[in-house]
Amino acid sequence: MPDVTILAAVLASIVAAATPLLLAALGELVAERAGTLNLGVEGMMIVGAAVGYATAYGSGSLILGTLAAVIAGTLLSLVFAGLAIWLAANQVASGLATTILGLGLAGLVGANYVGTRLDAAPELHIPGLSDLPLVGPVVFGQDAFVYASLILLAFVAWGLSRTRAGLVLRAVGESHGAAHALGHPVRRIRTLAVMFGGACAGLAGAHLSLAYTPFWASDMTAGRGWIALALVVFSAWKPLWLLAGAYLFGAVSILQLHVQGFGLGIPAQLLSALPYLATIAALVVISALKRGQGAPASLGVPFVPDR
Amino acid sequence: MRKILSKILSASAALAAGLVIAGAATGGAGAAEKLKVGFIYIGPVGDFGWTYQHDQGRKAVEAALGDKVETTYVESVPEGPDAERVIEQLARAGNKLIFTTSFGYMEPTLKVAKRYPKVMFEHATGYKRAANVSTYNSKFHEGRYILGQIAAKTSKTGTIGYIASFPIPEVISGINSLMLGAQSVNPDIKVKIVWVNSWFDPAKEADAAKALIDQGADIISQHTDSPAAMQAAEARGVKAFGQASDMKNFGPNAQLTSIVDNWAPYYVERVKAALDGTWKSTDTWSGMKDGEVVMAPYTNMPDDVKKMAEETEAKIKSGALNPFKGPIYKQDGTLVVKEGEVLPDKDILSMNWYVKGITDKVPGQ
Amino acid sequence: MPFRLERQETVSGLALLAAPLLALIFTLIVGAVMFVALGQDPIRAFSVYFIEPLSDPWTLQELVVKAGPLLLIGIGLSFCYRANRWNIGAEGQYVAGAVLGSWLALATHGTEAGPWVLPAMLVLGALGGALWGLIPAVLRVKFGASEILTSLMLVYVAQLGLDYLVRGPWRDPQGFNFPQSVTFDPVATMPLLFEEGRLHAGVLVGLVAVALAAFVLGRTLVGFSIELGGSAPRAAAFAGFDERRVTYGVFALSGALAGLAGIIEVAGPIGNLQPSISPGYGFTAIIAAMLGRLHPVGVLIASLVLALTYIGGEAAQITLRMPFDVTRVFQGTLLISILAADVLVRYRIRRLKGAAHA
Repeated sequence: MPDVTILAAVLASIVAAATPLLLAALGELVAERAGTLNLGVEGMMIVGAAVGYATAYGSGSLILGTLAAVIAGTLLSLVFAGLAIWLAANQVASGLATTILGLGLAGLVGANYVGTRLDAAPELHIPGLSDLPLVGPVVFGQDAFVYASLILLAFVAWGLSRTRAGLVLRAVGESHGAAHALGHPVRRIRTLAVMFGGACAGLAGAHLSLAYTPFWASDMTAGRGWIALALVVFSAWKPLWLLAGAYLFGAVSILQLHVQGFGLGIPAQLLSALPYLATIAALVVISALKRGQGAPASLGVPFVPDR
Repeated sequence: MRKILSKILSASAALAAGLVIAGAATGGAGAAEKLKVGFIYIGPVGDFGWTYQHDQGRKAVEAALGDKVETTYVESVPEGPDAERVIEQLARAGNKLIFTTSFGYMEPTLKVAKRYPKVMFEHATGYKRAANVSTYNSKFHEGRYILGQIAAKTSKTGTIGYIASFPIPEVISGINSLMLGAQSVNPDIKVKIVWVNSWFDPAKEADAAKALIDQGADIISQHTDSPAAMQAAEARGVKAFGQASDMKNFGPNAQLTSIVDNWAPYYVERVKAALDGTWKSTDTWSGMKDGEVVMAPYTNMPDDVKKMAEETEAKIKSGALNPFKGPIYKQDGTLVVKEGEVLPDKDILSMNWYVKGITDKVPGQ
Repeated sequence: MPFRLERQETVSGLALLAAPLLALIFTLIVGAVMFVALGQDPIRAFSVYFIEPLSDPWTLQELVVKAGPLLLIGIGLSFCYRANRWNIGAEGQYVAGAVLGSWLALATHGTEAGPWVLPAMLVLGALGGALWGLIPAVLRVKFGASEILTSLMLVYVAQLGLDYLVRGPWRDPQGFNFPQSVTFDPVATMPLLFEEGRLHAGVLVGLVAVALAAFVLGRTLVGFSIELGGSAPRAAAFAGFDERRVTYGVFALSGALAGLAGIIEVAGPIGNLQPSISPGYGFTAIIAAMLGRLHPVGVLIASLVLALTYIGGEAAQITLRMPFDVTRVFQGTLLISILAADVLVRYRIRRLKGAAHA
């Protein structure tokens, strides 16, 4: 049944294409729920990709590479946290500065690895399950990053809504003044949330340079950090909507390539614009259906304790 | 606290003083008689594609001419308002020969050239020249004819996948040349084209390769810069052609060959001419014969296919074979090149139509 | 190291002057360490970055040319951000303005059209930017869709639209099918201010915008309603200011200024329409607006500083053969220093004894 095979392959590609967006966006979602808008995602992602690749190449271990990517993303997020949280600098400008810094640092780290390659992180086959028609390759034939993204998503969804830590984090994002009055260390919590965001962005970068396209090239994230930021807004700061948004974006990006392969003669620019138009349309529909979902109330506002 | 502050202040005062002195000193110290050669690149030198190869050419100039030259480059300069400033800055910094290596630098190069008549300029891939502006390009389509032949011989599904960047003449003529080569072996061959609207987006290039493979292509050809498609082909167990650099490393079992851009011969020759004082404004369109379009070793194919490829390569080099030799028909069946004639260069350089056998439409036509 | 920031109620003029100085000192120290670590002579590097560009009339002109679009866009964004409307799609509005304005230049190409063409192009440019900017505003007001996402997505759509036009219908018929329009006629081109260099009349538009914006924000009811709507929406509603009108107004204004910047660049330094007409001005202008504290004069200074980091970076690549990435790292460091120094001026740092929750 060739049709099922194509369908499975397309679905598998969509899941893979959505994963770096999902990972980076998930981290940013947590940071934003705590009230910090970090526009440095693209920078943290590319640093993760570069450091992850360099480490994996040097050590021969994809696991070490992934770890290094996560650490690098986290370290860069601390630059942002120091500025925007502890010095109460403007968050938008701090995030953009972080991105510029990250792009430069990544280029310096990666300069010696141009033209080299790694063996891609393997797809994890689960005996029996991976051989199922359709479901097998889509769900059980992906690499470890895909599973990690879904586990992290479940963890974040559960953590934000069902745990005390999640409650506190949301309280800090909604009203830092009140949270402070209740004795919660607002800035420390925000720092941790931003660090989580950096770690996830680093992981997303590692997915690109270790699994998706396992080599290093300058600027290889090609703007995916910005898409991740937009998806957080799209999700209305809810993890499950984020999953839907990332997969929708991935789906339209992949499908437009397939449509071209069939040779329908639609301008390529229009097809390339489809993921963006589809995201806008979906957001408009969602917003029109249920009004009033908004950003965390303290998003982007620096917190400075008065006393 | 105050102590620390005063220390910082005095340190920075010293620095500031140093700056002024250094600023004053730089004016006089001119390098002795070295020819300064400048390059401006559209991408990062680390792209392993277009810009990477131009920078290899620059390094070849340094290696060949040693201390007679001093080269410098500015990378990742976007086309648009910034390009003119950077080119002028290169001229003002004393560069006497300046290579501008992207089509979009054409107008800025001409504008700056008018203001610096004593500086020599070389613009890649454009068509406007001046007394001190040469143009140069490579006949990449020659290599693509060989790719087409290899693909048609090796493909089992009869479908070649083609990842294209932007619908400009260079890309269109590449697709046509590949198709003509393929048809010379198998008249029923099919080519599927996917435009990614980017020269460089590794993940998207990989996605495009996967989409083409899923749709039945078992040979992947690309006109984009990253090795992502080659890696995707390797992972899926199909064959592929590399672009700009030899990508064997990225597809040890997948790569059939690569079209390698080799700017070194041209760059060395032009810099030598500038040193001798024989530099003139010219329009150079070199190909395989001049060593500017180089085929990476033919691998992962049966011996008879390899032999055919080598023979075709030899014929193109000797001039016995021209990919755009008639009869050539457009998609609608009109004859564009008669039997025994070849398509003039200017028609190849401005090509915006597909040959018969390609079922897509040229975007924007 | 527990410490606490205390907001300074009144920031003295002296302190405002101290901020850039402090940032400079901080950058010099951090930069020196960085350059040494990368094997560069720091004094030489600083001289190439900051002294040489400022001591040469040509680079000074280029500085202003580069700062021009940042200034125009940044001022528009200041209005948005003051009203708490997060337009991050100025890059798309820039492109939309350039496209609509260029339409006239192409339509009148080769005709006897008089000197009215350029002013009309500027009007169309502003209109194009405003219309593109109004899309996220409408989506926000009518459907409650977040303008952050829609304005960003529309950037990509605008760029692809431009790409389609210059590769298709608007392509120069004599241009060998290469993706660019014809070169604009002289009546559709920004006049130059001096014989030498690229300083063009568009820069004057930016200066007028600074004066007008400062007046509107400081002295008029409109400015007040924007401010109030942003900081205290309820009070604004109580005072009778219509939130929707503010949304439409600031998006139209910032879109118009971005569109104006777009058509000025295309009719000025570029001279025709091509696929790539902006080196990210719309995004860099966000930094300019923020560094300038959303004040027109501040944005003016910030735009010049940002332009200097670009031009200095290019000079460092050329004369010191510094890789582009080093200049990017330095630019990031400089921005971070400025942001940090700014805080140190606005707040007083108090050390706390013993543990205290931060």
